[in-house]
Amino acid sequence: MPVPEVLESFAGSVNRITLGSTKDTGGSRTSTITVGGARNVVYAGSAEDAGEKPVIAIDIMDVPPEDWPDILIEPYKDVIKNPADWAKKAVNEFGADLICVKFDGIHPDKANKDAAAAVKVTEDVLKAVGVPLILWGCGNNEKDNQIIPKISEAAKGQNCLLGAAEQDNYKSITAVALADGHNLITEAPLDINIGKQVNILVSDMGFPLEKIVTFQDTGALGYGIEYSYSIQERQRLAALAGDKMMAMPAICDVGYEAWRVKEARLADAPGWGNVEDRGPMWEAATAICLLQAGADIIRMRHPRAVAAVKNFINQIWKRVSA
Amino acid sequence: MALTGLEIFKLLPKTNCKKCGMPTCLAFAMQLAQKRAKLDSCPDVSEEAKNTLAAAAAPPMRKVVFGSGDHQVQIGQETVMFRHEEKFYSPTVLAATISDKLTGPDLQNRIKAINALRFERVGVRIGAGAIAVINDSGQADAFAAAAETAAQSSPFALILVSDSPQAMAAAVAKTAKFVPLIANATNDNAQEMAKIAKENKCPIVAKADSLESLCGLTEKIKSLGIEDIVLNLQTETLRDKLYNLSRMRVLSLKKVFRPLGYPTISFVAGDADQQAAAAVGLACKYSGVVALDTVEQYVFLPIATAVMNIFTDPQKPVQVEPKIYTVGEPDENSPVLFTTNFSLTYYTVESDVEASRVPSYILVVDTEGTSVLTAYSGDKLNEKIVADAMTKCNVQDLVKHRKLIIPGYVAVMSGKLEEATNWEVMVGPRESSMLPKYLKEVWK
Ligand code: SF4
Repeated sequence: MPVPEVLESFAGSVNRITLGSTKDTGGSRTSTITVGGARNVVYAGSAEDAGEKPVIAIDIMDVPPEDWPDILIEPYKDVIKNPADWAKKAVNEFGADLICVKFDGIHPDKANKDAAAAVKVTEDVLKAVGVPLILWGCGNNEKDNQIIPKISEAAKGQNCLLGAAEQDNYKSITAVALADGHNLITEAPLDINIGKQVNILVSDMGFPLEKIVTFQDTGALGYGIEYSYSIQERQRLAALAGDKMMAMPAICDVGYEAWRVKEARLADAPGWGNVEDRGPMWEAATAICLLQAGADIIRMRHPRAVAAVKNFINQIWKRVSA
Repeated sequence: MALTGLEIFKLLPKTNCKKCGMPTCLAFAMQLAQKRAKLDSCPDVSEEAKNTLAAAAAPPMRKVVFGSGDHQVQIGQETVMFRHEEKFYSPTVLAATISDKLTGPDLQNRIKAINALRFERVGVRIGAGAIAVINDSGQADAFAAAAETAAQSSPFALILVSDSPQAMAAAVAKTAKFVPLIANATNDNAQEMAKIAKENKCPIVAKADSLESLCGLTEKIKSLGIEDIVLNLQTETLRDKLYNLSRMRVLSLKKVFRPLGYPTISFVAGDADQQAAAAVGLACKYSGVVALDTVEQYVFLPIATAVMNIFTDPQKPVQVEPKIYTVGEPDENSPVLFTTNFSLTYYTVESDVEASRVPSYILVVDTEGTSVLTAYSGDKLNEKIVADAMTKCNVQDLVKHRKLIIPGYVAVMSGKLEEATNWEVMVGPRESSMLPKYLKEVWK
């Protein structure tokens, strides 16, 4: 029996963005990563319409994390005090497509590290690995505005992804990203209108739209993931409809969100399965769920979760252009 | 898809006899189109017109129910591609498989493990909803025996999986009262399988390896008098499966292509982690039933949670019950914090308080499911509402001190709240993620 055709083509598509810069373009990365490019919603049309393969950034912390549960520390316990070794292990052993250096240590309420320390971490990690980097501040506006410019400068010409510009704090980071040739993450608190607004604000400063990655905030599985899911789907539909202010690839922070909920952490939970399996699976399931809605870059932590998600991605997406 | 007034008019007798109470057939047709009249009011309408109208009124994706009593589950009847457009109606049913090669204690142990795939989340039971008995043995009596045991010892709806009509007949003979889902009818056995389904009033799974042959099969089954059909498209890869599930959803919902207007079932394989990953994808993107070949709780808990989350109604904020919640084992010296009953807000606060390892009381104030700032600006959160909630929950009896930690975003209400409660107000952090530090350092 003949089946009707489903032909749906869209005016717009998700921007393609390449992270990292090799010798040819003045950087020292040994590889680059290209994400985005989807011309349809997830699983619609042909596999070619899905754009580039989503990628996984493994988190590296600038100072040893204090609140990670034991099962998450375990795979990194030999390198956790050394961001460079940590990055190497994440790339060589756990298959990170890129590295996300998260500078929680500069937060005044945490380790309150200074610019020199942050710059050293940046330089060390740049030397240790050849993959592109995400460099992400601590969320404290004052401290971020003071230190991100230094981090950015230390990585000048490497075409990194800097995070994050927010509605009430975007000027400083946008200016340095522009000056040092980086890409920029725009962040909004699970609010699609604010998400668009931040994109408008940074583009008003002359920042190119095709160098922006959006971060709509992530809810963990069981803790509001449906909000992230629908915002991500609506963002994709807006991009396809031709909205230039919503056509950016999307990044999700799965590692942090998944590992702070009790389903991932609680060791003594009869009827839930062993935490050694459950923790990584909670992280993996959160990531897979967001992939259904159109995530392009996923920040993750546990190697087993990374492996499960990579396996899924490789079964579904075909294209790798960089 | 619903017919227009004019399309309905063409089906009416066009005599304008007024027996329906309307001046003309056209007027009656218009009323019908707007669902303000019933077709029965016209005594002269033809059988053919009745059938056409009934078919057109049917939902684009059929609802299929299987299992009996408390075990009953429902799939299908979906109306949209994206949850934000309206909502998803029938949460994906998760099934665990059981081989009919198992006997005696092995069989019982597998059933016991499947029965333990149930969890409670915010007062709702989630987890497995079906048990799929697989005819691995190829024997009819082994299949029937395993099916009967599974049906009797498990609280879940039954799915019977065999391509052999003999085995299916034997198993259904033992389990018909449990209304099992009969899987699979294929192009080779459709006649016999449909007969079993029809005689026992059970829904049936149509299995084929291309959309074209699947359509032919559902039409054939329908012509044999069965309408409760579930689609099982065999594909070589997970990619093909997911792309085709999306295509089938578009065809049924957007094109109202009836031969594919049914819910779907998928079976996943691989190691437990791979199955979990595939199942999350399939549950989000349009599989009505997902059957897994594992009984690991760590696999089912996240998938069941994903189903619960994705199938919540996006129009209705998920709320938690307004009351006092405890984190750890708080005592009379423990801190008291308040937050709103918007589930997302509450969960964030709860997990951050938990992370602090400071035993605490969290007072959840009823703000009609809105977040702190939204509630405050909409006057659903003010000093009176907080004071009333404190009285109602007898907060004064829980602790000796008189200090209340409030969300940083509503610092402005401190003064009025102190007046209304006579408690000392401590302004907490704006971001919940700073709570661990706050509780450890500011609260002592
Ligand atoms: S009763 Fe039937 S035939 Fe007569 S006017 Fe009404 S619709 Fe027309």
